[in-house]
Amino acid sequence: MSCLDWIGVALASARPQAVGALLRYFRDLDRAEEAFQEACLRALRHWPQNGPPRDPAAWLIFVGRNVGLDAVRRERKQEALPADELLSDLDDAEAVVVERLDGERYRDDVLRLLFICCHPELPSTQQIALALRIVSGLSVKEIARAFLVSESAMEQRITRAKSRIAKAEIAFEAPGAVELAERLAAVAAMIYLLFNEGYSASGGTAQIRLALCQEAIRLARLLLRLFPAEPEIMGLAALLLLQHARAPARLDAEGGIVLLDDQDRGLWNAELIAEGHALVDKALRHRRPGPYQIQAAIAGVHAHAARAEDTDWAEIDQLYALLERLQPSPVVTLNRAVAVAKRQGAAAALAMIEPLAAPLAGYFHFFGVKGALLMQLGRDGEARIAFDRAIALAHTPAEAAHIRQHLDRLAEQHRGG
Amino acid sequence: MLYAILCYDDEAVVESWSPEQDAAVLAKRGRVQEKLAAQGRLGPVVRLMPTTAATTLRSGREPMVIDGPFAETKEQLLGLYVVECASLEQAIATARELKSDEAGGSFEIRPLRLFRPGSGIA
Repeated sequence: MSCLDWIGVALASARPQAVGALLRYFRDLDRAEEAFQEACLRALRHWPQNGPPRDPAAWLIFVGRNVGLDAVRRERKQEALPADELLSDLDDAEAVVVERLDGERYRDDVLRLLFICCHPELPSTQQIALALRIVSGLSVKEIARAFLVSESAMEQRITRAKSRIAKAEIAFEAPGAVELAERLAAVAAMIYLLFNEGYSASGGTAQIRLALCQEAIRLARLLLRLFPAEPEIMGLAALLLLQHARAPARLDAEGGIVLLDDQDRGLWNAELIAEGHALVDKALRHRRPGPYQIQAAIAGVHAHAARAEDTDWAEIDQLYALLERLQPSPVVTLNRAVAVAKRQGAAAALAMIEPLAAPLAGYFHFFGVKGALLMQLGRDGEARIAFDRAIALAHTPAEAAHIRQHLDRLAEQHRGG
Repeated sequence: MLYAILCYDDEAVVESWSPEQDAAVLAKRGRVQEKLAAQGRLGPVVRLMPTTAATTLRSGREPMVIDGPFAETKEQLLGLYVVECASLEQAIATARELKSDEAGGSFEIRPLRLFRPGSGIA
């Protein structure tokens, strides 16, 4: 493990704060990113000799600001950039800036940086790509690999997204309470999308998908450090941790999907589960339930069960009922139907999902659940039709393979019977 | 004399470590722990969850429960308890019990990520 690896981590973790502050100074995203990039290059030269500063973000902001101002002046006067040695205040960078970096400003800076990625006109995949580029600092190549597109296509997508947000008005004043709440909600939704991109396996190799989940968790924890008393942000972080804890058990050796009921729970990450539970506990004290908290609580009930048959389905049913009230959606009802099937049987669940056929006509999981319920009721012909539809809608080979197993089982039973 | 060695670092950086980096740090510390345990010098070892999992009971006539870690710099870390609790509520209740009316101070309640009771100090 080289010294540069450790410096790389320090630079990456200082990035949101540093780029956020530089964006406030320069009011121009490209300039802020270039200034940060240059500050990182100087850090790579200085830190190995002098040791990393106590506050890397403050150092990078100070140096980045000087570099950026120089660039502005140079463009005006065509002057050469001063050499490192001539930047006499480089060593004092920290002491000067630390005093000025008050917590609230830092919080607004990071939130603004996250928020500009959530522009409502940007499709969700572009929001995520932009956040990975601007906030997380992933290279275009890495992002392209995660989304299974060519590097030039991703470059184009990010450039287009950037020019769109450049045209949008970004508010640099400290946000008011309502605006803060709106930004927080938009950013939370973007982080959740990022996690789902990694979790739902719509593309990329397993390892890259895990990296997206980890990055989402890192951002959720960052957001929670900035807003430590927001129960929904606690809920979001808990939800991601509890779902990610199951990652080692979700795929079998061949890359096939292993359903929750069949997972080896010994493979679940106990540390992440404990942290998720701790955050759910904290959130519940506020008695202000929200969708992330409830979903986290549901994931917590699953995590709590040592064996699938120990799952408290009554609790899960109740939590989904609460979620349906707060955030009604056909997908929530579909999920609730799974809990209902466990408690009241497949017929009751099937009746429940009947009205969802139209809104979920293009939804893989709807046909997966419907087929499984029909199969339990012995209505094999109808089950087969539902499974065929599911395969047609599958996003990944693993999803399709999973449904094919059901079809094979039906075919076998048919031969046997 | 018993000494406590307290670990400080920037948790945002530590959370960004790759699994290999985390393992490299733990491996080195693990070797020291093994040596200390063999010498009968190792007491409890604790790794705390991130401060995002912390809750603080701030003293005052009406003690206040606030989210997040203890963040004041005017007070110093003076001691710690490791207590088994069924829930955060029980942990807060326990902290309230420990609080005395005369003394000020705060209690940060932080779940543990890892706990090794130690081999018993000779």
